[in-house]
Amino acid sequence: MTALSLGPYAPFIVSSYLLVTVVVAILIAWITIDYRRQKQRLRELDAAGVVRRSGRSATEFK
Amino acid sequence: MTLLDLANPTRFLTLTSRLLPWLAGLTLVLLLIGLYQSAMAPDDYQQGATVKIMFIHVPNAWLSMFVWGVMSLAALGTLVWRHPLADVAAKAAAPIGACFTFLALATGSLWGRPMWGTYWEWDARLTSVLILFLMYLGLIALWRAVEDPSRAARAAAVLTLVGAINLPIIKFSVDWWNTLHQPASVLRLGGPTLDRAFLIPLLIMALAFSLLFLTLHLAAMRNEILRRRVRALQLKQASQSP
Repeated sequence: MTALSLGPYAPFIVSSYLLVTVVVAILIAWITIDYRRQKQRLRELDAAGVVRRSGRSATEFK
Repeated sequence: MTLLDLANPTRFLTLTSRLLPWLAGLTLVLLLIGLYQSAMAPDDYQQGATVKIMFIHVPNAWLSMFVWGVMSLAALGTLVWRHPLADVAAKAAAPIGACFTFLALATGSLWGRPMWGTYWEWDARLTSVLILFLMYLGLIALWRAVEDPSRAARAAAVLTLVGAINLPIIKFSVDWWNTLHQPASVLRLGGPTLDRAFLIPLLIMALAFSLLFLTLHLAAMRNEILRRRVRALQLKQASQSP
């Protein structure tokens, strides 16, 4: 194995890895925020007294 | 738990909440191992250090097609078996697949500039992957444009199956046409042509990105199930209000 040395093409290699990191981070953040938003909406519906067809609470996620 | 049990969204949510932390942890460990192996891989005699871009470009390129394949199976589930989770699976996969396809195009472009002397070339492989990316965006737009989820599901399923024709075109474009893009060097008859020093980090990264997809997909499916529950309850609330 050789030590990490990127040579003259370093900007292209670093940009590629940074881009993948940023896009994956955005994807993870979007999915996490979306989950919290849906749970919040279900809590609000539960507080308003709306129950599911089965009679179970709206906030019963599991 | 049988496969049929998973057709129940509530049971699916239970299983997902148990699986997700383990999957996320395993993905992170594999990504760290893959990144370390990629950093330590030697330079290629032709590509030099830019071979390191391949360790992220190739997994994203594979997943761009794999995700559409998953969506095509889900489309069959929607149209043939009317499986309750089929449309949820397809809709949740589309933005993730679009991101992987964008990353395959962008990292390929960043590799192409120093190696080919250009960021972009209208050759068969690059153009067919660009078409795949546009199809992902079209599908996402379709799901957002049609308000009735069941109508949107059927339309999206048909479009997904039509779009699946592009998958063999992408795969074999390098064989059918004279392209700037190199032919397959891993998934080919006769085995991989890559040296172990490159093949091992590449396979670890491919496995890590596949697990990343599985983790994100399950989480996005969970969100979609909750979104549909919210919609159903909001409709119920609206119908009950005087």
